[in-house]
Amino acid sequence: MRNLLVANRGEIARRVFRSCRDAGIGTVAVFSDADARAPHTAEADVAVRLPGNAPGETYLRGELIVKAAADAGADAVHPGYGFLSENAAFAQSVVDAGLTWVGPPPEAIATMGSKVESKRLMAEAGVPVLAELDPAGVTEADLPLLVKASAGGGGRGMRVVRKLGELAEAIEGARAEAGSAFGDPTVFCERYLETGRHIEVQVLADRHGTVWAVGERECSIQRRHQKVVEEAPSPFVDPAMRAELFEAARKATQAIDYVGAGTVEFLAGPDGRFYFLEMNTRLQVEHPVTENVTGLDLVALQLSIAEGAKLPPEPPAAQGHAIEVRLYAETVTVQDGVADWQPQSGTLHTFEVPGVDREFTPGAGLRLDSGVESGSVVGVHYDPMLAKVIAWAPTRDEASRRLASALAGAKIHGVVTNRDLLVNVLRHEAFLAGETDTAFFDRHGLATLAKPLATADAERLSALAAALADAAGNRAGARTLGRLPSGWRNVRSAGQRKEFSRGDTRYEVVYALTRDGLRAEGYEGVELVSAEPGRVVLDVSGVRRAFTVARHGSESFVDSVLGPVTFAVAPRFADPAAALAAGSLVAPMPGTVVRLAVAAGAVVAAGDPLLWLEAMKMEHRIAAPADGVVTELPVEVGSQVEVGTILAVVGEAVLGESV
Amino acid sequence: MTALRSTVDTRAGEFAANRESMLEKLAEIDAEHAKAVAGGGEKYVERHRKRGKLLARERIELLLDEDSPFLELSPLAAWGSDYRVGASVITGIGVVEGVECLISASDPTVKGGASNPWTTKKSFRAADIAAQNRLPVINLVESGGADLPTQKEIFIPGGRVFRDLTRSSAAKVPTVALVFGNSTAGGAYLPGMSDYVVMVKERAKVFLGGPPLVKMATGEESDDESLGGAEMHARTSGLADYLAADEQDAIRLGRSIIKRLNWRKQGPLPEPGYAEPLFDAEDLLGIVPSDLKIPFDPREVVARVVDGSDFDEFKPLYGPSLVTGWARIHGYPVGVLANAQGVLFGEESQKAAQFIQLANQIDTPLVLLHNTTGYMVGKEYEQSGIIKHGALMINAVSNSKVPHLSVLMGASYGAGHYGMCGRAYDPRFLFAWPSAKSAVMGPAQLAGVLSIVARAAAANRGQDYSEDNDAAMRAMVEAQIEAESMPMFLSGMLYDDGIIDPRDTRTVLGLSLSAIHNGPVKGAEGGFGVFRM
Repeated sequence: MRNLLVANRGEIARRVFRSCRDAGIGTVAVFSDADARAPHTAEADVAVRLPGNAPGETYLRGELIVKAAADAGADAVHPGYGFLSENAAFAQSVVDAGLTWVGPPPEAIATMGSKVESKRLMAEAGVPVLAELDPAGVTEADLPLLVKASAGGGGRGMRVVRKLGELAEAIEGARAEAGSAFGDPTVFCERYLETGRHIEVQVLADRHGTVWAVGERECSIQRRHQKVVEEAPSPFVDPAMRAELFEAARKATQAIDYVGAGTVEFLAGPDGRFYFLEMNTRLQVEHPVTENVTGLDLVALQLSIAEGAKLPPEPPAAQGHAIEVRLYAETVTVQDGVADWQPQSGTLHTFEVPGVDREFTPGAGLRLDSGVESGSVVGVHYDPMLAKVIAWAPTRDEASRRLASALAGAKIHGVVTNRDLLVNVLRHEAFLAGETDTAFFDRHGLATLAKPLATADAERLSALAAALADAAGNRAGARTLGRLPSGWRNVRSAGQRKEFSRGDTRYEVVYALTRDGLRAEGYEGVELVSAEPGRVVLDVSGVRRAFTVARHGSESFVDSVLGPVTFAVAPRFADPAAALAAGSLVAPMPGTVVRLAVAAGAVVAAGDPLLWLEAMKMEHRIAAPADGVVTELPVEVGSQVEVGTILAVVGEAVLGESV
Repeated sequence: MTALRSTVDTRAGEFAANRESMLEKLAEIDAEHAKAVAGGGEKYVERHRKRGKLLARERIELLLDEDSPFLELSPLAAWGSDYRVGASVITGIGVVEGVECLISASDPTVKGGASNPWTTKKSFRAADIAAQNRLPVINLVESGGADLPTQKEIFIPGGRVFRDLTRSSAAKVPTVALVFGNSTAGGAYLPGMSDYVVMVKERAKVFLGGPPLVKMATGEESDDESLGGAEMHARTSGLADYLAADEQDAIRLGRSIIKRLNWRKQGPLPEPGYAEPLFDAEDLLGIVPSDLKIPFDPREVVARVVDGSDFDEFKPLYGPSLVTGWARIHGYPVGVLANAQGVLFGEESQKAAQFIQLANQIDTPLVLLHNTTGYMVGKEYEQSGIIKHGALMINAVSNSKVPHLSVLMGASYGAGHYGMCGRAYDPRFLFAWPSAKSAVMGPAQLAGVLSIVARAAAANRGQDYSEDNDAAMRAMVEAQIEAESMPMFLSGMLYDDGIIDPRDTRTVLGLSLSAIHNGPVKGAEGGFGVFRM
């Protein structure tokens, strides 16, 4: 192996490149148009363009990737995770092209690709499985149950059914989603464990019959069946259970003549009994936690195994504790108990995690595996995961504390992320007690868990800091009289006024910088120590607090130990031409209009759906905010919209008047 | 580079007493400024707000660049008169889109913003400042026109307002009118004479004659909107260039007009990266003795006003009662003339005349720091030609073409006031400290002179001279002159451009110099009068 192409993007491409560089193997990236300036494209030795943006045009085009490998002189292909990583046909085409496939044999992929088939195989091999239920014969006693797509993963094509009456619809929905996501609409039903724990075992198998169960990971904290927090070892697993898990994992691996790195996933009930869920025939997103407790470089081992190397008889023992969080560009809002996760996009002006000890490399301390860096543009085409942050420490408490602090102190400007949620989870009593299961978010309430780190008071102080930094910036940038005292008046009538908002909360900061110091209405006891455009130090009742402030366009990002706050800076003047008509509905996220429920002129009631927007494979319903008439509907099916695009305008209905 | 040293002892009892006295005076002036800020008083302010309108000062604040400074001019105009302090108009220099503009806003809470004789005087002064320094003018208009009972003092001289606007335009200094409300009859020419006009929808009202007058003149029935509404002017008459949706929008449009002026200052740029003074401006409060008879060293002031306290004194050994030298203020080079011992002798006058000519040779503005009791009197001085010498200085200062900035720190008496570029000598700006006093001579001296003259007249007539009456007369005259020498009184008369906190001197001079540099800064090319030698 001399030159390896990674058929992937983002952090995993960079992760594989790192191991390649260490091994002296050349690196080849492929990139879509949106990724032309992405870090993974920039840091590979050579990069090959895949024209277009949608995965179907780019990273899912196996034939283009094989051609890219040939063009770039690559002799091996690593698929990363997602995209084509579990596509047996692609694996075969790589092998057929005479290239080294860094992954399991295509047959193993195919076998495990079908969940229905793999469950049968596993049951035969003596691996515990949950029985498949026949939808026709399901009774109340079987509830709740889970409808799952046979192909794919990542939570797509999955539905929880709690009422018999919902079963048919759930199956239909899951089939449609699975069909569109994986090209295979097959779904099946099994019992749903409400408070299960997701525990998986990392396996490695060489071509010489050695199979390692390297260690287990717990990934119970999930949203929409996507993992959010992962750790190794699992706080739930005791040595006896671990031995059983490892044994089952090895059996599963051997049953399909697996080669390479893989993961056998189990769902464990509160009683400690566990059931085979599926086997992921690829490197997992969360592989770093295993690396960090074992010191192994799993990618390097994948490469060695692909080259035919022999594993030592036993893997190294795990030491200490590693926790990984996935930093997603997304928001969560909870309405009527239903969480709505929405992907976010935009320019990531700043992405700085303090105290990073290593990147893409196993070891102690803080590890960052990131697909983005300051200045990256986060688009709408791919998974919204920006980066993984991993902490290793001798104990679980130390690891979670380190990780929480690093995240809380990270400067993440320009794209809204799940950071606050992650920090709140890592600091949550139940989490620290090891009480993690798949119902964690529901049990503790997302509304509470996702609440901002900055308290109302911190937000208020941050608004003052933002105003004073802005003032310093105004002075520094002034063409005339820039060095005269800020806002100087010989006759003072009113202070300077700046307005910020975060969500629905408005902060009007009225201040004057006088000879005797800061005077700000409502901020008694706060003194200004120093103000620069990027940094403000306040003395708050005797305690000095530093705030860093970054202004990008109409947003101001304030970071401090009190918690990060992003403000929308209210423009001083509103341009009447830019004002939205009352009743305008704007796109809450970038996406595509997939369906219209109404036409212009329709009379609608509050809550009636108007149209659906698809973003990140999820449909978002845009509903009428009030009773009225759809006066404008400037979009059509297929329209690509950006955040803030007007989708529809609902005006007041005039009684007795036909519209 | 010659850094001044300071010998001020801030712990001395004298310093503390001086400071105490200055703070007291400042508090009095603040109280007077507060009256100007209060406008027409709570009731009218409330009524104005209820109409959804911004106060004149709020309009200005919104017009200015955020966090930029604003120097209000003549804030105490009309002080001591029958009219409200401030004269129902606010004028000042502020930065709009990076351009220093002369901003003038009528205060509609004071008698509907009507002009009284002091309003016109204050506006004339603002117009002079705009014209001399090439400052674009922004008028924030909402005025009921002339205060009719005082029309005799306003009507004829008031025509100047329109003349000034069009002359400004002719000199390529743009004028902008933002019309927020009434601007009728003669007032209609204010937008009429401006380069750019913005009118606020449903608020601006601009016509020569309102409905009643039209009815009387021609019998035509009409209404405000058709005669002079903003919509009509924007769509039909074309008097309005921009129709603003509301007051904020008018200000937004005003700012965008200035932004598009592509304004370039004609004076040289200031030196960048200058140092602040080495000494604390706070000390200025304690430097001026409360008794003006006690002289103080003006270098202590210079050290707290000029860049890096860096001052190269010219002719330090000659005529030591007047300090002359070179420095920079906020990067702008200046020549400084400062009275040191109060009295001006022949040497000081000659030194001043030479220094002023030197400044003209090198196109450098002059800052004159007043603390003078005038030119020396007495046989010896008359015989050695003090009149000729004083004339030298007055000739030089009169015909000097570089900009002059006068600051009255203490005394500014007699012809010394003239020689140091008093108001009649057209300094570009003249500011007074609360400690300043200005008159033909000191109150006691003046009373004493009157007493001597009266006593002599009585003796001539062979009459007795009542010592009691004399004492009463002296006390009365002294009190009157004292009152009329006070800065608030003089400021009310528009004899200065404002009373400033001594600690703000550097800021005020820096802002003034920057404003001045909108125009060219050129010294006289010869052109002085005959110097009597």
